[in-house]
Amino acid sequence: MLKYADKIRQEARDLLQSGEVDVFVGFRKGTIPMMNEPILIRDARDAEKLHWDSNCGINLANYLTKRKERMGVVAVGCHSRNIVTHIVENQISRDQVVVVGVPCEGMLDRRRIHELAGRREILEVLEEESGIVIRSHDFEQRHNKQDVLQENCAICIHRNPVIWDRLVGEAVKEQDGIDRYEDIRAVEAMAPDARWSFFQQLIEPCIRCYACRNACPLCYCPTCFVDESRPQWVGKSIDPVDTLTFHFLRAYHCAGRCTDCGACERACPVGIKVRRFTKKLEKDILELYGWEAGLSLDERPPLDRYRPDDPEEFIK
Amino acid sequence: MSENEWQPKIVAFLCNWCSYGGADLAGIGRLQYPPYIRVIRVPCSGRMSPKFILGAFRRGADGVWVSGCHPGDCHYIEGNFYARRKFALLKNLLEHMGIEPGRLHFSWISSAESTKFARVATEVCEAVRALGPAKKFIKDLPEVA
Repeated sequence: MLKYADKIRQEARDLLQSGEVDVFVGFRKGTIPMMNEPILIRDARDAEKLHWDSNCGINLANYLTKRKERMGVVAVGCHSRNIVTHIVENQISRDQVVVVGVPCEGMLDRRRIHELAGRREILEVLEEESGIVIRSHDFEQRHNKQDVLQENCAICIHRNPVIWDRLVGEAVKEQDGIDRYEDIRAVEAMAPDARWSFFQQLIEPCIRCYACRNACPLCYCPTCFVDESRPQWVGKSIDPVDTLTFHFLRAYHCAGRCTDCGACERACPVGIKVRRFTKKLEKDILELYGWEAGLSLDERPPLDRYRPDDPEEFIK
Repeated sequence: MSENEWQPKIVAFLCNWCSYGGADLAGIGRLQYPPYIRVIRVPCSGRMSPKFILGAFRRGADGVWVSGCHPGDCHYIEGNFYARRKFALLKNLLEHMGIEPGRLHFSWISSAESTKFARVATEVCEAVRALGPAKKFIKDLPEVA
């Protein structure tokens, strides 16, 4: 993935110099390992600051809404699907964005890497052809990249951008034979009470910081339901019922729109696997309505249309 | 039934044009059904938000029942078609999170189907009664004077 960095800088410089875009949204290297941060540049000279490696899991589609100017943006497979979703939902127009597509081989799970390093301080994480090298004061570890991928990347089936204007490298091979819903089926197989305790335990550490919501490109409502006070649909306390209501509604609002980019899980400061909620909806929508989010500019999303013969065996 | 016996509290969201009319007709016809439902009239089943249903459970409802016009008969032409997709996902996700399958019910009842209204009301009440008082998703609100 490192090889893309130069090409991205070149494209950004080109786009800004030619005036094709007013602002370019990309990543710069973070100040601590495995934490790249989004950067918006307006001057072609700043293109040098752009960076790319396997720690670019933040979803840049989140920075495109509510802007008037023309934008260039770096996008891997899932992020490009979020751009498609934005266009379909009329948040941005197609001719407003120049998508610099990046074929992706997955982002690194920094929590997993910290675990493997025994929670000791990590000075550097290097990516080599053969794998990942974790380097510290007094030790060095090597791992296969496949073993330290984010969970959503390991089961990704859309690695290449869906829409792009410029592509920075050859398309990568899509993974096949992937079982995306193994973990969801495991929960489905439990009894109701066991599922209840499963989710209670899952959200138990939640501090209601809303980082999952803020990291999500789908959450662009002017007033979020958690901030509504008349009526107040969800309490602001960390009462387990309030917390569960929050996670339920957050996921439900993403139904048929979520691309499983994993930005929410990555952003969670306490490591809650919040994708357990959104993925159940993703699975249901695929099974009931045969829909995967963000693959087409021409189709309306599943909750914005219907078929007369939609399944309804649960209705009396 | 003794007076001290627990009785379920069921919130019924009925669409103004069909199911509410069906309930009305059931009353006019003096049809008998258990008295545990509290009716909230909504303009259309398409008006239903998951917040209403979660809100009812959160405040201690033992069951929730949502009823609208039959598909194709919606006063607003297609409101219940959209609602049907939302309901399917909502019910699946709620039950995935551990709410018992018998707590949340949906039905299509036209304003002429008073007997169906009485029958479904009975079914819903029996299903919820069989589960006993709701213990999940209830928030204990502090008493304020």
